[in-house]
Amino acid sequence: MTTKFTKDHEWIRVEGDTATVGITKHAAEQLGDVVFVELPDVGKSFSQGDDMAVVESVKAASDVYAPVSGEVIEVNQSIVDAPEGVNDAPEGDGWFVKLKLSDPSQLDGLMDEAAYKEHVANA
Amino acid sequence: MSDDTKKLPLNDLHEELGGKMVPFAGYSMPVQFPTGVKEEHLWVRENAGLFDVSHMGQAFLSVESGNHGEVAGLLEKLVPGEIQKLGKGRIRYTLLLNDEGGILDDLMVTRLPENLDREGQLFLVVNAAVKEQDYKYIEEQLGDRAKLEVLDRCLLAIQGPKAHEVIAGFDPEAAEMPFMSVRASKIDGVPVLLSRCGYTGEDGYEISVANGNAEKIARLLLDDERVKPIGLGARDSLRLEAGLCLYGHDMNPEISPVGAALTFAIGKRRREEGGFAGAERVLRELNEGCSPIRVGIKPSGRAPAREGVEIKTADGETIGKVTSGGFGPTVEGPVAMGYVPAQYAEEGTDIMLDIRGKLHPAQVVRLPFIEPRYYRGPKK
Repeated sequence: MTTKFTKDHEWIRVEGDTATVGITKHAAEQLGDVVFVELPDVGKSFSQGDDMAVVESVKAASDVYAPVSGEVIEVNQSIVDAPEGVNDAPEGDGWFVKLKLSDPSQLDGLMDEAAYKEHVANA
Repeated sequence: MSDDTKKLPLNDLHEELGGKMVPFAGYSMPVQFPTGVKEEHLWVRENAGLFDVSHMGQAFLSVESGNHGEVAGLLEKLVPGEIQKLGKGRIRYTLLLNDEGGILDDLMVTRLPENLDREGQLFLVVNAAVKEQDYKYIEEQLGDRAKLEVLDRCLLAIQGPKAHEVIAGFDPEAAEMPFMSVRASKIDGVPVLLSRCGYTGEDGYEISVANGNAEKIARLLLDDERVKPIGLGARDSLRLEAGLCLYGHDMNPEISPVGAALTFAIGKRRREEGGFAGAERVLRELNEGCSPIRVGIKPSGRAPAREGVEIKTADGETIGKVTSGGFGPTVEGPVAMGYVPAQYAEEGTDIMLDIRGKLHPAQVVRLPFIEPRYYRGPKK
């Protein structure tokens, strides 16, 4: 099981040909209190970099992008019902969607944890 | 942040307090502190919050004679508010209008109290983003009949149901000041001008203080455990729940006081006499109505409708736009304001909001979204 990160502060945890996607702890802290989450429908396909979900704090709305291409096989209804779950555990129970990957090789272009930490430190 | 972003006198204090600084109206301002926007908002509704609003413009308007009626009469050429009959030490919310009756700014006009030795002077507080053009407009319109003295001072706001207890610790008489009154006071020996007003829907004060004393006053107030520093983010959500307009968003030079649903700011005598910039249009609209008009909007679901969201009918016809919107922490849901044609402005009208291409149901509602808690004076 490997976890990769994007420059836009999504994380993706891969298990076989499926993966769980969410926003990083850093992103959740920057957003502040999450008050609304909009998730895609199960069955919808995205290309890498597409707007996939929306997360809103009191201040502003932000897009969540598809870290890699794939089809949505499950969404986390609990963060729609209780958006504060994103702040409570952004890299755990506050996950957004599960994807069936259509091109796992795209994962190679994403950052590992050490590279992401450096990306945040230099931001 | 660009180099021409100006720093306020309390900039170092904001940074020390962990403020997240953003550019706003040409100044570097704290948008939030480590507590976060939602907690800051709720803290103000329950306790007291300290805001630095020193970016706003402060000025004295005076005439040589020192006669209130004269200076008030001059300002009344540019605003529809009753200024001549404003009592000593009283504040009025009014609107700076252009010749077409469009709103150039909203402002607070104070008739200074007797003990300030500034009889015949008005104290004006205007919006940061338009202060330079306001000053220019006032000077051009009034010429050498009046003198505008722009002040380089700080303005702090302490807002919330405990604000009066905190201020009373320094000046017990301040607790009895009614809403929209002013008092020359001292906080720990520092002279301040205390105005009982604000921009949150809560009781509170604005404190005009010399730049060199502002940090001392801010630290004294923050030392009180009832007071926390509050950023622009919560200032925006607080004023939105209170149904208060933000200049440049909910009003602009195209919109009249009637369209902005601010007719309370037009004095009774002024409605009869006119004699202010744009009076022809404003008086006509008062009689005949105006469209579009500003309304409160309550989205039925959870999705916030932010500025720019299109307002539609159930059939998908675009009828207006949201001018301010977001999440109201006290309301615990989304709240918005926007402009719709008069036939849709009635409370309870069902409308749709186009949020990212999806139509979300909403209703036109009465403003404000919260019950304001202004202090009107001792209970009789």
